[in-house]
Amino acid sequence: MTGAHHHDHDHDHEGQDVPSATALRVKALESLLVEKGLVDPAALDAIVDAYETKIGPRNGARVVARAWTDPAYKARLLQDATPAIAEIGFMGSERPHMIVVENTPTTHNLVVCTLCSCYPWLVLGLPPVWYKSTAYRSRAVIDPRGVLADFGLTLGDDVAVRVWDSTAETRYLVLPERPAGTEGMDEEALAGIVTRDSMVGVAKVVVP
Amino acid sequence: MIPPDATLGQPTDADGPVFAEPWMAQAFALVVQLQRAGHFTWPEWAETLGAELRAAGSDDGSHYYETWLKALERISLAKGLTDLATLDDRTEAWEHAYEHTPHGQPVTL
Repeated sequence: MTGAHHHDHDHDHEGQDVPSATALRVKALESLLVEKGLVDPAALDAIVDAYETKIGPRNGARVVARAWTDPAYKARLLQDATPAIAEIGFMGSERPHMIVVENTPTTHNLVVCTLCSCYPWLVLGLPPVWYKSTAYRSRAVIDPRGVLADFGLTLGDDVAVRVWDSTAETRYLVLPERPAGTEGMDEEALAGIVTRDSMVGVAKVVVP
Repeated sequence: MIPPDATLGQPTDADGPVFAEPWMAQAFALVVQLQRAGHFTWPEWAETLGAELRAAGSDDGSHYYETWLKALERISLAKGLTDLATLDDRTEAWEHAYEHTPHGQPVTL
Protein backbone atom coordinates (compact mmCIF):
# COMPACT_ATOMS: atom_id res chain seq x y z
CA MET A 1 0.00 0.00 0.00
CA THR A 2 2.41 2.61 -1.10
CA GLY A 3 1.42 5.92 -2.56
CA ALA A 4 -2.19 5.81 -1.43
CA HIS A 5 -1.57 7.18 2.01
CA HIS A 6 -0.82 10.86 2.05
CA HIS A 7 -1.36 13.23 4.90
CA ASP A 8 -2.91 16.60 4.43
CA HIS A 9 0.10 18.73 5.05
CA ASP A 10 3.71 18.69 4.09
CA HIS A 11 4.33 14.99 4.49
CA ASP A 12 4.84 14.48 0.84
CA HIS A 13 6.59 11.15 0.65
CA GLU A 14 5.41 7.66 1.32
CA GLY A 15 7.75 6.27 3.88
CA GLN A 16 9.74 7.73 6.72
CA ASP A 17 13.32 8.84 6.91
CA VAL A 18 15.40 5.71 6.77
CA PRO A 19 17.99 5.79 9.54
CA SER A 20 21.64 5.35 8.69
CA ALA A 21 22.94 1.83 8.07
CA THR A 22 24.56 1.94 11.49
CA ALA A 23 21.38 3.01 13.26
CA LEU A 24 19.44 0.28 11.44
CA ARG A 25 22.01 -2.25 12.59
CA VAL A 26 21.54 -1.22 16.23
CA LYS A 27 17.79 -1.41 15.82
CA ALA A 28 18.05 -4.88 14.26
CA LEU A 29 20.32 -6.15 17.00
CA GLU A 30 18.20 -4.62 19.73
CA SER A 31 14.95 -6.05 18.37
CA LEU A 32 16.47 -9.54 18.04
CA LEU A 33 17.90 -9.49 21.57
CA VAL A 34 14.64 -8.18 23.02
CA GLU A 35 12.62 -10.84 21.19
CA LYS A 36 14.80 -13.59 22.53
CA GLY A 37 14.35 -12.22 26.01
CA LEU A 38 18.07 -11.54 26.37
CA VAL A 39 17.59 -7.91 27.30
CA ASP A 40 14.69 -6.15 28.95
CA PRO A 41 13.39 -3.32 26.75
CA ALA A 42 12.26 -1.32 29.79
CA ALA A 43 15.77 -1.48 31.21
CA LEU A 44 17.20 -0.35 27.88
CA ASP A 45 14.78 2.57 27.77
CA ALA A 46 15.75 3.50 31.30
CA ILE A 47 19.42 3.68 30.34
CA VAL A 48 18.71 5.69 27.20
CA ASP A 49 16.40 8.02 29.13
CA ALA A 50 19.08 8.60 31.70
CA TYR A 51 21.31 9.91 28.97
CA GLU A 52 18.74 11.61 26.78
CA THR A 53 19.50 15.07 28.01
CA LYS A 54 23.17 14.45 27.35
CA ILE A 55 22.84 13.78 23.66
CA GLY A 56 21.94 17.00 22.15
CA PRO A 57 20.66 20.07 23.91
CA ARG A 58 24.16 21.42 24.27
CA ASN A 59 24.60 21.24 20.49
CA GLY A 60 21.56 23.42 20.03
CA ALA A 61 22.73 25.67 22.84
CA ARG A 62 25.99 26.26 20.99
CA VAL A 63 24.09 27.22 17.85
CA VAL A 64 21.97 29.69 19.83
CA ALA A 65 24.95 31.17 21.68
CA ARG A 66 26.83 31.64 18.40
CA ALA A 67 23.79 33.36 16.87
CA TRP A 68 23.54 35.68 19.86
CA THR A 69 27.15 36.74 19.65
CA ASP A 70 27.83 36.70 15.91
CA PRO A 71 25.34 38.68 13.78
CA ALA A 72 26.72 37.29 10.52
CA TYR A 73 26.27 33.75 11.80
CA LYS A 74 22.75 34.57 12.92
CA ALA A 75 21.90 35.88 9.47
CA ARG A 76 23.18 32.66 7.86
CA LEU A 77 21.33 30.57 10.41
CA LEU A 78 17.98 32.24 9.81
CA GLN A 79 18.44 32.18 6.06
CA ASP A 80 19.54 28.55 5.68
CA ALA A 81 19.89 26.71 8.95
CA THR A 82 21.11 23.32 7.74
CA PRO A 83 24.57 24.43 6.55
CA ALA A 84 24.86 27.01 9.34
CA ILE A 85 24.36 24.28 11.93
CA ALA A 86 26.82 22.05 10.09
CA GLU A 87 29.40 24.85 10.40
CA ILE A 88 29.53 24.23 14.12
CA GLY A 89 30.60 20.74 13.29
CA PHE A 90 28.14 18.22 14.56
CA MET A 91 26.06 17.18 11.64
CA GLY A 92 25.37 13.48 11.92
CA SER A 93 24.70 10.88 9.31
CA GLU A 94 21.04 11.85 9.14
CA ARG A 95 20.43 15.34 7.91
CA PRO A 96 16.84 16.48 7.90
CA HIS A 97 16.30 19.99 6.62
CA MET A 98 16.49 22.45 9.53
CA ILE A 99 14.67 25.73 9.88
CA VAL A 100 15.46 28.13 12.70
CA VAL A 101 12.69 30.50 13.82
CA GLU A 102 13.51 33.55 15.87
CA ASN A 103 11.65 34.71 18.95
CA THR A 104 11.30 38.47 19.27
CA PRO A 105 9.51 40.75 21.72
CA THR A 106 6.43 40.48 19.49
CA THR A 107 6.63 36.90 18.20
CA HIS A 108 6.93 33.65 20.06
CA ASN A 109 7.56 30.36 18.25
CA LEU A 110 6.54 26.92 19.42
CA VAL A 111 7.56 23.60 17.85
CA VAL A 112 5.45 20.46 17.79
CA CYS A 113 5.03 17.38 15.67
CA THR A 114 1.30 16.78 15.54
CA LEU A 115 1.55 13.43 13.78
CA CYS A 116 4.25 11.69 15.73
CA SER A 117 7.31 13.05 17.42
CA CYS A 118 9.68 14.37 14.76
CA TYR A 119 12.27 16.30 16.65
CA PRO A 120 15.56 17.99 15.79
CA TRP A 121 17.52 15.48 17.84
CA LEU A 122 20.76 16.37 16.18
CA VAL A 123 20.68 19.67 18.02
CA LEU A 124 18.35 18.81 20.90
CA GLY A 125 18.96 15.17 21.74
CA LEU A 126 16.13 12.72 22.23
CA PRO A 127 12.67 14.21 22.64
CA PRO A 128 11.33 14.51 26.18
CA VAL A 129 8.31 12.41 27.08
CA TRP A 130 5.91 15.36 27.06
CA TYR A 131 6.90 16.22 23.48
CA LYS A 132 5.78 12.75 22.41
CA SER A 133 2.55 12.90 24.39
CA THR A 134 -0.81 13.02 22.63
CA ALA A 135 -1.83 15.91 24.88
CA TYR A 136 1.02 18.15 23.73
CA ARG A 137 0.72 17.13 20.10
CA SER A 138 -3.01 17.74 19.94
CA ARG A 139 -3.14 20.93 22.03
CA ALA A 140 -0.10 22.81 20.76
CA VAL A 141 -1.86 23.83 17.55
CA ILE A 142 -5.35 24.38 18.96
CA ASP A 143 -4.39 26.13 22.17
CA PRO A 144 -0.73 27.13 22.12
CA ARG A 145 -1.17 29.81 24.79
CA GLY A 146 -2.77 27.28 27.09
CA VAL A 147 0.09 24.85 26.51
CA LEU A 148 2.63 27.59 27.21
CA ALA A 149 0.77 28.56 30.37
CA ASP A 150 1.02 24.94 31.53
CA PHE A 151 4.77 25.28 31.11
CA GLY A 152 4.63 28.44 33.23
CA LEU A 153 5.03 30.83 30.32
CA THR A 154 2.31 33.44 30.03
CA LEU A 155 2.54 35.70 27.01
CA GLY A 156 0.88 39.08 26.60
CA ASP A 157 -1.76 39.70 23.96
CA ASP A 158 0.74 41.80 22.06
CA VAL A 159 2.88 38.72 21.41
CA ALA A 160 1.91 36.62 18.39
CA VAL A 161 2.34 32.88 18.82
CA ARG A 162 3.42 30.86 15.81
CA VAL A 163 3.29 27.07 15.92
CA TRP A 164 5.58 25.03 13.68
CA ASP A 165 4.58 21.49 12.86
CA SER A 166 7.62 19.31 12.28
CA THR A 167 7.73 16.70 9.58
CA ALA A 168 10.05 13.90 8.66
CA GLU A 169 11.73 16.25 6.20
CA THR A 170 11.78 19.50 8.12
CA ARG A 171 12.70 20.09 11.74
CA TYR A 172 12.44 23.39 13.55
CA LEU A 173 14.62 24.95 16.18
CA VAL A 174 13.59 28.05 18.09
CA LEU A 175 16.16 30.80 18.48
CA PRO A 176 15.12 32.20 21.86
CA GLU A 177 15.57 35.83 22.83
CA ARG A 178 18.83 36.67 24.51
CA PRO A 179 17.88 37.70 28.03
CA ALA A 180 18.77 41.11 29.40
CA GLY A 181 21.71 41.11 31.76
CA THR A 182 23.85 38.79 29.64
CA GLU A 183 25.78 41.52 27.82
CA GLY A 184 28.99 40.57 29.57
CA MET A 185 28.75 36.85 28.87
CA ASP A 186 30.82 35.17 26.19
CA GLU A 187 29.60 32.50 23.79
CA GLU A 188 30.51 29.60 26.02
CA ALA A 189 28.85 31.08 29.09
CA LEU A 190 25.75 31.86 27.04
CA ALA A 191 25.57 28.29 25.75
CA GLY A 192 25.44 27.24 29.38
CA ILE A 193 22.17 29.04 30.05
CA VAL A 194 20.28 27.98 26.90
CA THR A 195 17.84 25.21 27.79
CA ARG A 196 16.26 22.52 25.68
CA ASP A 197 12.79 23.82 26.49
CA SER A 198 13.68 27.30 25.25
CA MET A 199 14.70 25.83 21.89
CA VAL A 200 11.39 23.96 21.56
CA GLY A 201 9.64 27.20 22.49
CA VAL A 202 7.98 26.20 25.74
CA ALA A 203 10.20 28.42 27.87
CA LYS A 204 12.29 31.56 27.73
CA VAL A 205 15.96 31.68 28.54
CA VAL A 206 16.52 33.16 31.96
CA VAL A 207 19.69 34.26 33.65
CA PRO A 208 20.32 31.81 36.49
CA MET B 1 29.62 0.27 38.09
CA ILE B 2 31.24 0.11 34.70
CA PRO B 3 34.97 -0.50 34.84
CA PRO B 4 37.06 2.10 32.95
CA ASP B 5 38.57 -0.41 30.54
CA ALA B 6 35.08 -1.44 29.41
CA THR B 7 34.55 2.03 28.00
CA LEU B 8 38.06 2.72 26.80
CA GLY B 9 38.17 5.96 24.83
CA GLN B 10 34.47 6.67 25.26
CA PRO B 11 33.56 10.32 24.65
CA THR B 12 32.58 11.77 28.03
CA ASP B 13 32.22 15.02 29.88
CA ALA B 14 32.19 15.74 33.60
CA ASP B 15 28.85 13.99 34.01
CA GLY B 16 29.60 10.82 32.08
CA PRO B 17 29.19 9.52 28.53
CA VAL B 18 28.03 11.87 25.80
CA PHE B 19 26.29 10.76 22.62
CA ALA B 20 25.96 12.56 19.32
CA GLU B 21 23.11 10.43 17.99
CA PRO B 22 20.37 8.30 19.59
CA TRP B 23 21.65 5.02 18.18
CA MET B 24 24.88 5.54 20.10
CA ALA B 25 23.00 5.65 23.39
CA GLN B 26 21.07 2.56 22.32
CA ALA B 27 24.26 0.65 21.48
CA PHE B 28 25.75 1.77 24.80
CA ALA B 29 22.62 0.67 26.70
CA LEU B 30 22.63 -2.74 24.98
CA VAL B 31 26.15 -3.45 26.19
CA VAL B 32 25.38 -2.33 29.74
CA GLN B 33 22.22 -4.41 29.79
CA LEU B 34 23.73 -7.57 28.25
CA GLN B 35 26.49 -7.45 30.83
CA ARG B 36 24.01 -6.93 33.67
CA ALA B 37 22.00 -9.91 32.41
CA GLY B 38 25.15 -12.01 32.51
CA HIS B 39 25.58 -12.65 28.78
CA PHE B 40 29.18 -11.51 28.96
CA THR B 41 31.49 -10.06 31.55
CA TRP B 42 33.11 -6.64 31.56
CA PRO B 43 36.58 -8.12 30.99
CA GLU B 44 35.25 -10.01 27.95
CA TRP B 45 33.68 -6.82 26.66
CA ALA B 46 36.82 -4.80 27.31
CA GLU B 47 38.88 -7.31 25.37
CA THR B 48 36.46 -7.32 22.41
CA LEU B 49 36.16 -3.54 22.32
CA GLY B 50 39.91 -3.11 22.70
CA ALA B 51 40.56 -5.40 19.73
CA GLU B 52 38.09 -3.50 17.55
CA LEU B 53 39.55 -0.14 18.59
CA ARG B 54 43.04 -1.32 17.70
CA ALA B 55 41.75 -2.64 14.36
CA ALA B 56 40.04 0.67 13.65
CA GLY B 57 43.27 2.62 14.13
CA SER B 58 43.44 6.25 15.08
CA ASP B 59 40.15 8.03 15.64
CA ASP B 60 39.41 11.52 16.89
CA GLY B 61 36.43 10.08 18.73
CA SER B 62 33.92 10.67 15.96
CA HIS B 63 33.80 6.99 15.01
CA TYR B 64 33.95 5.60 18.52
CA TYR B 65 30.43 4.21 18.57
CA GLU B 66 30.75 2.64 15.13
CA THR B 67 33.63 0.66 16.58
CA TRP B 68 31.59 0.03 19.74
CA LEU B 69 28.78 -1.40 17.60
CA LYS B 70 31.20 -3.64 15.70
CA ALA B 71 32.45 -5.00 19.02
CA LEU B 72 28.87 -5.50 20.21
CA GLU B 73 28.02 -7.37 17.03
CA ARG B 74 31.14 -9.49 17.34
CA ILE B 75 30.57 -10.47 20.97
CA SER B 76 26.87 -11.17 20.32
CA LEU B 77 27.79 -13.54 17.49
CA ALA B 78 30.60 -15.14 19.49
CA LYS B 79 28.26 -15.73 22.42
CA GLY B 80 25.58 -17.17 20.13
CA LEU B 81 23.08 -14.46 21.10
CA THR B 82 22.20 -14.17 17.41
CA ASP B 83 23.70 -15.19 14.08
CA LEU B 84 24.88 -13.11 11.15
CA ALA B 85 22.21 -14.21 8.65
CA THR B 86 19.42 -13.40 11.10
CA LEU B 87 20.98 -10.03 11.89
CA ASP B 88 21.40 -9.16 8.20
CA ASP B 89 17.82 -10.16 7.45
CA ARG B 90 16.52 -8.12 10.36
CA THR B 91 18.51 -5.05 9.30
CA GLU B 92 16.96 -5.26 5.82
CA ALA B 93 13.52 -5.77 7.31
CA TRP B 94 13.81 -2.56 9.33
CA GLU B 95 15.05 -0.63 6.32
CA HIS B 96 12.07 -1.85 4.34
CA ALA B 97 9.72 -0.98 7.19
CA TYR B 98 11.00 2.61 7.36
CA GLU B 99 10.66 3.03 3.62
CA HIS B 100 7.09 1.79 3.56
CA THR B 101 5.54 3.13 6.75
CA PRO B 102 3.70 6.40 6.22
CA HIS B 103 4.91 9.35 8.25
CA GLY B 104 3.08 9.61 11.55
CA GLN B 105 2.66 5.89 12.03
CA PRO B 106 4.95 3.84 14.22
CA VAL B 107 7.47 1.81 12.27
CA THR B 108 6.98 -1.87 13.02
CA LEU B 109 7.97 -5.10 11.37
